[in-house]
Amino acid sequence: MRRLLPHPIVTPVLAVIWLLLVNSTGAGHILLGILLGWAIPFFTLQFWPDKVTIYKPLTLLRFTAIVFIDILLANFIVARLILGSPSRLKPAFVAIPLALKSDIAISLLANTISLTPGTVSALLTADRQHLVVHALDVDDAASLIAAIKERYEKPLKEIFEKC
Amino acid sequence: MQEYLLSFLIVTGAVFTFIGSLGLARLRDFYTRLHGPTKATTLGVGCLLIASAVFFSTQGEQLSLHEMLITLFLFITAPVSAHLLAKAALHLRLKSLAAIPKKAEE
Repeated sequence: MRRLLPHPIVTPVLAVIWLLLVNSTGAGHILLGILLGWAIPFFTLQFWPDKVTIYKPLTLLRFTAIVFIDILLANFIVARLILGSPSRLKPAFVAIPLALKSDIAISLLANTISLTPGTVSALLTADRQHLVVHALDVDDAASLIAAIKERYEKPLKEIFEKC
Repeated sequence: MQEYLLSFLIVTGAVFTFIGSLGLARLRDFYTRLHGPTKATTLGVGCLLIASAVFFSTQGEQLSLHEMLITLFLFITAPVSAHLLAKAALHLRLKSLAAIPKKAEE
């Protein structure tokens, strides 16, 4: 099974992306999409050495919804900070201790942090124990760390890593 | 009715894209400047893309969902480029308003 279908999740995703690219749902394109989705993982196998397993798909859906809402709020918060007085901002670097182990979970956490309110992930330390994050305006570093861990890291851990 | 919705979306998108670029001029150091554009691309471009999807789905012959792909690619690439820029800046030890953490100095 694993040799015939290296990435069961990537195949349907690629097929859907193909259908969106051609903007059509003809039978021929669906077939071509499935074919591409099946063939491309063979060529990109080296980039995905670990098998990606989603343990809790429902948590993933809820996580996506939360992130979308946070992105909306992020824009308003950052817009207000930019239009307000930039000299009063208190930017800071914050090191977040990571509980995540898998590559995909860490990269998704870093992406999420960059997309949401006033934070950009800047560096993953060589020992993979900390993620250094730059925040635009911080009053209390500890509560920011706690919020990120609770809001993003915990669901990601549930989704991608066996507890 | 639809025209009002579309105009609203386009104006909102333009305003947020503008605020993002304004951030580049107003903020004080490299790291804080990073925040402006990364946020602008999400809601600013997002609004414009929704407007485009609605317009072409109702005016054209068929549903237009190209825009979903653009959103997907933006959401994948914007944080990655921001991360790489910040990482490069840390290595180059650019002047920063915030104290550089010890963890980054290895």
